[in-house]
Amino acid sequence: AVLKKRLVKLVVNFLFYFRTDEAEPIGALLLEHCRITKEQENVFSISFIEEPERKYCFECDSEEQCQEWIEALKRASYEFMRRSLIFYRNEIQKMTGKDPLEQYGISEEARFQLGTRKQ
Amino acid sequence: MKLNERSLAFYATCDSPADNAGFLYKRGERHTAYHRRWFVLKGNMLFYFEERESREPVGVIVLEGCTVELCDSAEDYAFAIRFGGAKSRTYVLAAESQAAMESWVKSLSRASFDYMRLVVRELEKQLEEMRWGPAGGGGGGRQSPGSWKPKSSGPERSQERLPALPAVPPKENGCAVWNNVPGAERPPDTSVCGGHDGEGNPRPPPLPPRRRASSGEAGSAGAAAAESPSTFCRLHEQYGREVARLRQDWLERQRGHRP
Repeated sequence: AVLKKRLVKLVVNFLFYFRTDEAEPIGALLLEHCRITKEQENVFSISFIEEPERKYCFECDSEEQCQEWIEALKRASYEFMRRSLIFYRNEIQKMTGKDPLEQYGISEEARFQLGTRKQ
Repeated sequence: MKLNERSLAFYATCDSPADNAGFLYKRGERHTAYHRRWFVLKGNMLFYFEERESREPVGVIVLEGCTVELCDSAEDYAFAIRFGGAKSRTYVLAAESQAAMESWVKSLSRASFDYMRLVVRELEKQLEEMRWGPAGGGGGGRQSPGSWKPKSSGPERSQERLPALPAVPPKENGCAVWNNVPGAERPPDTSVCGGHDGEGNPRPPPLPPRRRASSGEAGSAGAAAAESPSTFCRLHEQYGREVARLRQDWLERQRGHRP
């Protein structure tokens, strides 16, 4: 496989990639249900749950940069944020007996529900 | 632009619960005829299928940087998802009842990644303050050392770490990288998360140097930096007001149309 130099931008739950001299991205990866794996030195890969053998590999300039990206990408999904929210909500509720979302009138929203979500 | 369509289709059809689902009429791009489609909202993605049983979506609308509003249409219960930008399209949709319309407008207005992040940060902040107190004092009988003050006076809040909550290792919140997102601001102190992809890291990694967000395009509610509960309240009020106003408009139109 040939390595091509790309400008890579993480924006919300998408990883955009550009040719280094172009303003429009060539493509994007939606980062839901994906696995970020450290491969060899300076290299990480992104693979998706429905096609785990297919790896998108990225080589970084340094091991530090590699780790930064891995950590950032692991937390990039909307579903990760949702789980964080549910966790915090639950913790606050346990500590105070009150649902912290109630004061904002969003406690019944489907997207914030505890417990019943499958992942 | 290439997209990992297969992954998108998987996300759309896998058994993770949807934030909303139902039939909506969608106005065509070139012709103004409406087509009935099965819509599924998951996170910040609005997928639509030819039919409810279809195995793959025919399209997806990414709900970032858009507003959801009522629109003038001969069609009842119509609303629009409007994007800024010269080449951007406006999606006109119509529900089958007033209740469905309100439900969709509400859930679409709150679908953006930014909104979710706002709420997460607000709760993180509340949790921090509960554990360590607003002035860095101990909560729950625990003395917090000076270095664990939740509020930083330094320019880089990102350098602070929270000690681990019981049984959960500390993690860095990856929100730091989203500096190109409208309304993105400095990263929060830290985050702790119970649910994750099973690959916990007990040591928080060093945060990379981050650019501040340059002037971004307006988010769906002109999202300002959420640095305090009052800012969050204000923002939340805004979202709520928009929905209330839409509803009011709609009700007035209905009354106007009565013979």
